[in-house]
Amino acid sequence: MKVNKVYSYALLIPAGLIYGLLFLYPTIVSFFFSFTRWTLTDWEWIGLDNFRMFFEESSLMIGFKNTFIFAFLTAGLKVLLGMVIAVFLTSQMKTKRFIRSTVFFPVLVSTIAVGIAFSVLMHPSEGLINQTLALFGVSGPDWLGNPNLAIYSVALVDVWKGVGIATVIFIAGMMSIPKDYYEAHQIDGGNKVNAFWHITLPLSRPAINAVIILALIGGLRTFDLVWAMTGGGPGFSSDLIASIIYKQYQAGFYGLSTAGNVILFVMVAVIVFPIFKFLNRREVDL
Amino acid sequence: MNWFRRNMIISFMALLLLLLAACSGNNTDTDSNEMRNNDDQENTEESAAENSETTLTFLIDNQTVTDGIEAVAEEVEEKFNITTELELRPGGTEGDNIVKTRLATGEMTDLMWYNSGSLFKALNPEEYFLDLSGQSFMDRIDDTFKETVAVGDGVYGVPGEASSAGGWLYNKKVYEELGLEVPHTWNELMANNDKIKEAGKIPVIASYKDTWTSQLVLLGDYYNVHSENSGFAQQFTNNEAKFASTPSALRGFEKLQALQEAGHYNNEASATGYEDGLEMLANGEAAHYPMLTFALAAIADTFPDKVEDIGFFGQPGENADDHGMTTWMPGGIYVNKDSEHVDAAKKWLEYFISEEGQATYMSVMKANGPYVLKDVELPDDAYTAVKDMTTYIESGNIAPALEFLSPLKGPNLEQITVEVGLGMVSAEEGAEKYDRDVERQAQQLDLEGW
Repeated sequence: MKVNKVYSYALLIPAGLIYGLLFLYPTIVSFFFSFTRWTLTDWEWIGLDNFRMFFEESSLMIGFKNTFIFAFLTAGLKVLLGMVIAVFLTSQMKTKRFIRSTVFFPVLVSTIAVGIAFSVLMHPSEGLINQTLALFGVSGPDWLGNPNLAIYSVALVDVWKGVGIATVIFIAGMMSIPKDYYEAHQIDGGNKVNAFWHITLPLSRPAINAVIILALIGGLRTFDLVWAMTGGGPGFSSDLIASIIYKQYQAGFYGLSTAGNVILFVMVAVIVFPIFKFLNRREVDL
Repeated sequence: MNWFRRNMIISFMALLLLLLAACSGNNTDTDSNEMRNNDDQENTEESAAENSETTLTFLIDNQTVTDGIEAVAEEVEEKFNITTELELRPGGTEGDNIVKTRLATGEMTDLMWYNSGSLFKALNPEEYFLDLSGQSFMDRIDDTFKETVAVGDGVYGVPGEASSAGGWLYNKKVYEELGLEVPHTWNELMANNDKIKEAGKIPVIASYKDTWTSQLVLLGDYYNVHSENSGFAQQFTNNEAKFASTPSALRGFEKLQALQEAGHYNNEASATGYEDGLEMLANGEAAHYPMLTFALAAIADTFPDKVEDIGFFGQPGENADDHGMTTWMPGGIYVNKDSEHVDAAKKWLEYFISEEGQATYMSVMKANGPYVLKDVELPDDAYTAVKDMTTYIESGNIAPALEFLSPLKGPNLEQITVEVGLGMVSAEEGAEKYDRDVERQAQQLDLEGW
């Protein structure tokens, strides 16, 4: 009995060690350094000054706003579009396999490459998007240069890139719904729209929850796409919390940027935990 | 149980080994972007075996043209048997990250290239770099440069290139075509811009895709601030003067705004980059580009037949008799204090700034401005725009940019100047934002009086 217990814990040690060394330890240490003025070699305790300074950061309010817009908009669109595409791709059609891989393809491309490619496509006069619009007599906006539009343009690209994952999760969820329900529904004389609302949608709830949580967390801590496309600009108009933190780090404000990371950590937890609980309760209710 | 224990220990050790291997991975010199100056690799290895050769590593950013340094390094190898291995890093703020991280982790190369002035002083030089103030070869360097690499009593670097200036590059052909004269006051400049706009050309290039380029109208105005109040830099450092509350300093932001309000910038500023700006200026599509004169080397490189069309004038103020220019000190070369080859590194620097070394350097590199070494004059074949600078130097109407007089330069300045240049915020708001940005930096640097 005793040997068995030691044995099972022994198997946990390698993973536990790596987890502790690479995750737990840095997390705890970062909480400490967020209260210091830190030069990487030397630190000085300054209490809550970093947090105060971070909240005073002129572009932080816009960073919070943008991060919320970005996270909820991309998560919402990914769920909606992913659902539509998934329904489409689980139906009886010939090129289904081909389209499935096409939809998933952007997920495999490096985010930075996507960002650079789209910033070229979105060039106000020479970009393919506005040139195509010009063919129809529409003069397209300056997608990334207009401060009011930049964050939405980046969000659209993020949806384009991320919708493949959502689709695949939805397809997996829908495929696992037993055929019996649809047969029963057919015998009762229901149409396809009813089948979607009353069978497919409720029974894909676990998949939907997974997508919402994944997309939301991903959206809240997005950095690379924004950095590659606008660098947070023009000015600070498309800055997200993560890009603000990065800029503080670049400036050599290590304590301050660590404080930013702690704020981001708390924020993601505060937003995602209740949503997670809420969604899971609904799941159980079924 | 015994068997179990033995296996545990073995797997534990294996894990430890794995971690150690992962940690030491960065330390080797197999960096992929490392470049050997010596073309003949075998030769190097042979002489290394004889143990008579020293190899210096040299970290430099990939934006600086290295031809001159490479040429000097080759001579150093012939003369002193010191090989130089250049290691490239990105420029800009990303490069700052690399430099700061490598300094903090003790992985800096023997020699290092970096900006002089506020950026260098923010590195905490006393801790990392060798004090060169006692070296006899330092006497060759102008004091104006030394001040920008000095902290306390120590002087830490030698100039790695010629100085440059921040002001307005203009296309002389466009000026001739439209019959314009070089402006000596801000109003004359604005009047010129109006005429250029009427003629259907772009008066002023705004290349905000590369955000750093947006700062030049503000930073290049420092001569005018300096001429009105030469103590501003000191007061600014001591938290006694602010941009928003000092009219002459605020003027820089106001000029940025005035150009925007008058519609003198090109459209699509956010999608226009530095390279696009150079092209627009070189081919005469645009008349002015507020820029550092190091852009001349880039123009000469891409449009060799156009570089003689480009002229230069300092950003004018209100008074035509007091038209001056703001100079930028060259980047410096510094020696890692903990290097194993300190003597070789000193020898390298001594040769680099010696007459011979500079002759070699100048044989492959043209100057972007005056040299900061004593007795080194601009050669006759300097760029036209560089020759334009000599009038200011001769009349003494020059001042270094603020970043060479103060350790403070807010990290968000380039975003703020983009905001003002695009008309998103007013000049006053921009100046206030920048003051707060500077305040944050001063607090993080823990300066006195903040």
